[in-house]
Amino acid sequence: MAITLSASDAPSPPLSARLSPPQVWGIALLAPYLLVFLAFVVYPVGYGLWLARHPSSYVALYHDPIFARAAVNTLIFLVIGINIKMLIALFLSGFFAQQRPWIRWLSVIFILPWAVPSIPTILSVRFMLNPEWGVVNQLIFKFTGDDGPNWLNDPAVALAMAIGVHIWKSLPFWTLILLTGRLAISHDLYEASDVDGANWWQKFRYITWPSMQTLYITCTLLSMIWTLGDFNSVYLLTGGGPADLTHVLSTLGIRYLRLDQLSLAMASIVCAMPFVLPLVYFMMKRLSR
Amino acid sequence: MKLPTLREVGTEAKLLLIGIPVFIWTMIPIYHMFVFAISPKEDAFTGKLWPTHPTLHNFSIVFHQQHYFLRDFWIQFWNSTVIALAVGALTLFVATAAAFSISRLRVPGGRAVMNMALFTYFIPAAFLAVPMYRTMGTYGLLNNHWSLILAMVTIAAPYAIWVLKQASDKLPVELDEAATMDGATTLQLFRLVYVPLMMPSLVAVGTYAILLAWNEYLYAFLLLSKDTDITLPVALGNFLAADDSPWELLMTTGFIYALPPAAVYYAFKRYMVGGLTAGAVKS
Repeated sequence: MAITLSASDAPSPPLSARLSPPQVWGIALLAPYLLVFLAFVVYPVGYGLWLARHPSSYVALYHDPIFARAAVNTLIFLVIGINIKMLIALFLSGFFAQQRPWIRWLSVIFILPWAVPSIPTILSVRFMLNPEWGVVNQLIFKFTGDDGPNWLNDPAVALAMAIGVHIWKSLPFWTLILLTGRLAISHDLYEASDVDGANWWQKFRYITWPSMQTLYITCTLLSMIWTLGDFNSVYLLTGGGPADLTHVLSTLGIRYLRLDQLSLAMASIVCAMPFVLPLVYFMMKRLSR
Repeated sequence: MKLPTLREVGTEAKLLLIGIPVFIWTMIPIYHMFVFAISPKEDAFTGKLWPTHPTLHNFSIVFHQQHYFLRDFWIQFWNSTVIALAVGALTLFVATAAAFSISRLRVPGGRAVMNMALFTYFIPAAFLAVPMYRTMGTYGLLNNHWSLILAMVTIAAPYAIWVLKQASDKLPVELDEAATMDGATTLQLFRLVYVPLMMPSLVAVGTYAILLAWNEYLYAFLLLSKDTDITLPVALGNFLAADDSPWELLMTTGFIYALPPAAVYYAFKRYMVGGLTAGAVKS
């Protein structure tokens, strides 16, 4: 820094002379990322917003029943799906915190859904639920003699299944994160509470929860932001069907794109921004502390 | 050896009551895929828990590309591999340079760049996909592997930079000062001091980027379309185009496709858990 100051004594020096060599290097090393950022984030986003500038796109969206349905589905996915997932993760983090050899082994297996790519496993679930040849309905027929339901043909059931697939995939990740938080709690606190004769609920209520609540809420919000973009669970399981009733915002944008209605695609994403941006702002404040 | 008390047995039973359903829930889709992969065609749809005549015949069909859907299997496998490795290498280069610049050289405006990167990290990738598709068209990169590579670097880099910056902030400043005192240039500082010390984080970030690219479906499916250009997940998705697609072969291909990332994940689990998951959410 001192070098920079002494160099700036000279009358109107060129930019390169005012910067110290490390700073020139600093700019040079930052340049690759800046280029990527300008070319593949700033330009596309700016272009997208420009495409979505016409109020008529929003009027068209408003009159498209599929958009309204997708918005409701997204809300169900986030509010119900994510909260169920995080509650299970919180519960299971307590289970995996138990020190047992077999629980350690189970935790290695438990991480599998997160470690394997989602495409083959989602397709595997899709085949299981096939009404004629899927293993689920085969078993139902074997034991009851009745034909099982056409699982993915009922929009409510199909959406529930997509949420189930999402939970299957990302539950291990969040359980692991919450487990890290749980293991950071001092063991002395639990021993002291044992002496005082506290039951498990009191231990959870007065020791575990107070030290984990910030982490838990951060995780829930982060999961909500990311789940907005969970294209695979819905697209590969239901394809948005039946009759486009199970779309969420991320699959809807791609649907408009494939129908060559780019301004509608962008408008549908812009509509999500009032919900996304406050969450993003909150997370950024938290992470850049 | 002392006998367990009734209370201990009760606790163990309760834990098993949670553990067994967790095990079954986790394994069902994967086991289902596995059973399909080792079942002969006529056995695959009977709903048995274990095939009567387990076989590796499906694997041989896939490896020899003996089916219409699989005629480009090896070239698609190659595409996936090359793209994943390229994304890993490029992300490492871009992110390490940026993190070094922001954290060690304290370049003016570094903090602003970090915030912009974090912002990108939080925007769902599926939302960025729509304008990205159009932009790649404008750049003339559609149906070119570079479009997917650059798109994945764009998505992987922000988190990579953030993790590397967190890690490099922990290195003592005295290290840089001592090296500079000894006459090291900035580039030598980067090459001889910074990179060796950051190795564990670099391994973690490189693995993260490779897995992200290998597993990506949406961008690959939007940006690439020719049968000899696409990656494996897109090829798997294309199986669904026909009603009579051979499930047992799809599941076999899926199984083969899922093995490398799972192996990499478990091999680098220590790095992944230490370097990434803990960094993902700061409480």
